[in-house]
Amino acid sequence: MQYVVITYLCLAILLYLLLGGADFGAGIMELFTRSKNRRAARQTMSHAIGPIWEANHMWLIIAVVILFVGFPRIYSVMSVYLHIPLLVMLLGIIARGTAFVFRHYDAVKDQMQVLYNRIFALSSAITPFFLGVIAASVLAGYINPAATDFLAAYVYSWLHWFAVAVGIFTVALCGYLASVYSIGETTNEEDKRYFIRKTRTMTLIAFAAGGLVFLAAKVENIPLWQWIFGNVVGTVAVVLATLSLGVLAYAINQGQTILPRLMAGFQVTMILLAISYQHFPDFIVLQHAPNLSLLNDQAPQATMNALGWALLLGSIFILPALYYLYYSFQHEAEEKAETASV
Amino acid sequence: MDDFFAARSQMALSLGFHIIFSCIGMVMPFFMAVSHFQWLRSGDENYRNLTKAWSKGVAIFFATGAVSGTVLSFELGLLWPKFMEHAGPIFGMPFSLEGTAFFIEAIALGFFLYGWGRFNPWFHWFTGVIVGVSGLASGILVVAANAWMNSPAGFDYVNGQYLNIDPMRAMFNNAWLSQALHMSLAAFAATGFAVAGVHALMILKHKNVHFHTRAFRIAAIFATVAAVLQPLSGDFSAKDVAKRQPAKLAAMEAHFKTEKSASLVLGGLPDEEGKKVDYAIKIPGMLSFLAHGNFEQEVTGLDRIPAANQPPVLVPHLAFQTMVGLGMFMMGLSFLYFVALWRQKRWLRSSWFLKLFVAAIPAGFIAVEAGWTVTEVGRQPWILYGIMRTADAVTPMPGIAYSFYLFSAVYVSLSLVVIFLLYRQIKMVPELYDRPAQQLVAA
Ligand code: HDD
Ligand code: HEM
Ligand code: HEM
Repeated sequence: MQYVVITYLCLAILLYLLLGGADFGAGIMELFTRSKNRRAARQTMSHAIGPIWEANHMWLIIAVVILFVGFPRIYSVMSVYLHIPLLVMLLGIIARGTAFVFRHYDAVKDQMQVLYNRIFALSSAITPFFLGVIAASVLAGYINPAATDFLAAYVYSWLHWFAVAVGIFTVALCGYLASVYSIGETTNEEDKRYFIRKTRTMTLIAFAAGGLVFLAAKVENIPLWQWIFGNVVGTVAVVLATLSLGVLAYAINQGQTILPRLMAGFQVTMILLAISYQHFPDFIVLQHAPNLSLLNDQAPQATMNALGWALLLGSIFILPALYYLYYSFQHEAEEKAETASV
Repeated sequence: MDDFFAARSQMALSLGFHIIFSCIGMVMPFFMAVSHFQWLRSGDENYRNLTKAWSKGVAIFFATGAVSGTVLSFELGLLWPKFMEHAGPIFGMPFSLEGTAFFIEAIALGFFLYGWGRFNPWFHWFTGVIVGVSGLASGILVVAANAWMNSPAGFDYVNGQYLNIDPMRAMFNNAWLSQALHMSLAAFAATGFAVAGVHALMILKHKNVHFHTRAFRIAAIFATVAAVLQPLSGDFSAKDVAKRQPAKLAAMEAHFKTEKSASLVLGGLPDEEGKKVDYAIKIPGMLSFLAHGNFEQEVTGLDRIPAANQPPVLVPHLAFQTMVGLGMFMMGLSFLYFVALWRQKRWLRSSWFLKLFVAAIPAGFIAVEAGWTVTEVGRQPWILYGIMRTADAVTPMPGIAYSFYLFSAVYVSLSLVVIFLLYRQIKMVPELYDRPAQQLVAA
């Protein structure tokens, strides 16, 4: 059962990055879109994420619940030593979620819309940035349970170049995902070309940000190169991710909608795999203390069993419904696109 | 402000904020489903408009409830890491099931909000019902987790260790049923009276009377039925508390001295130092009856509780009086409503009657906040009753006061924005929904 729970945890994190990430990306793109195109971009995105956006963010809650039920020690160590970035991320989540709904449901469309949009776009960048910071800090090994002074315990645990670079990289990935997803949502040629251009830019930015991560790792003496290329799985994952960029470009040229998304999702999955494979089953790398691992720092057996069954049972209800939700609204978007291109 | 107090205040603030949104998120879908059903059955346009208008409100509340809930799931760790480290694996069962319920709710809501005119009308209606049912289920589950903090079960506590964990027994602890029942009724009563009151106000102002009368009728019937059952369930809760947490009962009743034929203290200002209650009305024997079902039986007072384990008295007592007072008011109003329905139809249109409902707008929510204050403050100094102290659970990180200020600012501004939006929503009703049917199809 423990492997069921671990699988679900990884899955929840991955899906949050892929689906929630695309959501964040939508806001990030607003931030970087010239006002001429902003309206089209916003409408495309709002149409695309409206029905599903609530569901996309459930993955974060699932991940958190799995952590505190199944891996309480990991949850509490993160909560204590990464308190500050978690707090900022939460503020981002609050601002973003409410701004999105407010702008959609405000009965009067006036100047308030500008404010909602500004908040939405800004918090769409801040939230994934701090998610990235948290993810990086968990692995970077700067969390020190023996530290007694405030800065060492609660600030340097996450404030270092590696975390900043991973934060930027996460934001770039979200923007990249969103731009790829958007291509299939467009209803006319002009918008489509626009998002294809956007995808190209975002790819370059993501590459640059990736380079930054390696640079920052070098500065901080984090053996990132070793983590990724020190084992076959990591190396193969990176190679596959790169190769799939070609497939992606080809698929976009062919006017496909689903394949590019699959490829983008695949790339992000591979990147995550490449970074984390070397560490498994360790989840938090600690300074001056044994690492916390998904295998050694579990809840008692009875809890793991119950949690595993709850997850399996839940999936029986959730997955078909979720699939139908995506299918229904996707199907409709495609029909619209077809009628528009005729 | 010291960090411990700041952490408690922040928790109370976040929960107090969340509970309002979650009550509405739990209950409104049922109102919508009834209105939606009426529209599908009768074709009365007012009902469709009403369903749409309500669903926009629900979307606002749902999102705010969802983000504040997400914040809570992190906050449990940010503020009480020691507690979560031990409690997580034990009371995690309801949370993991709740995750499923939320997920289903979010999916169903996607179908419902964006599904107008896209699906078979009855399938569309059904997705709305699912939103309500799964919302209610998640509310019940999370209350089961809270009940476990009041009535720990499903593990053996040996030398500071939590052994032989049984998540199912932890979930179905002794406090579970009474709390879940009382909370669910409270959600219906509070939301029902608030919604009915708002529509009563609109009727009083002669705005879109047809529309608002229908809305009022749906909300009022849910509200009044729940409000009549509420004191019964409250009595069940009180008897339960008397058994499992005598200290909490003593605090909420300001019952300082253990005695037989204990009297019920109505109102009054507890004097914690002097161990007496000033300005109170006392009904002899009544407390014994309410707590144990007969007028003679002894009721444990705070004198039997070691000083280190005593909860504060003033706050729970006042909160309890507030809740019960409002409960009585709402029950009385409900009986009036029943009389009006069966015997005095004309009351339904008279202004004094509608004004009473307007007065009841905040009553339920104040009672909900008061009730939770009784439950949570009455449990102090324990975070996990009899096992772990709240003071031992708090995060070691200093400076929580700042995070409390920050959250207060955020929640206050969010509340203001939500009120502002609702105001605009209601103001727009004539323009959005008072047109002939044809124009509406596009809306
Ligand atoms: C509309 C709201 C509302 C109303 C009218 C009442 N209550 Fe209540 N009460 C709640 C809303 C509430 C609540 C907020 O939902 C609580 C907090 C925890 C819980 O389970 O329900 C609660 C808790 C609560 C508790 C503590 C339970 C515990 O700690 O486990 C008791 C003893 C009562 N109530 C008793 C009553 C009585 C005798 C009422 C008679 C009129 C009453 N309540 C009306
Ligand atoms: C939504 C309704 C709730 C409200 C309004 C509420 C209110 C409060 C209040 C006023 C406090 C501070 C008590 C004090 O320190 O004197 C508190 C503390 C706390 N509550 Fe609740 N509570 C609610 C439900 C829950 C639930 C469902 C849980 C957990 C599953 C929970 C967990 C806690 C914890 C961990 C604390 C901090 C420790 C403590 O002070 O006991 N609460 N809550
Ligand atoms: C008695 C207290 C509580 C009740 C009755 C309650 C009920 C609910 C309900 C009905 C919702 C659905 C949102 C909506 O429809 O508006 C919700 C959302 C949520 N609640 Fe609470 N809740 C309580 C306390 C808590 C606590 C203590 C936590 C955290 C540990 C929590 C976590 C969440 C989360 C994560 C969500 C968002 C899920 C979503 O997107 O639907 N809740 N709550």
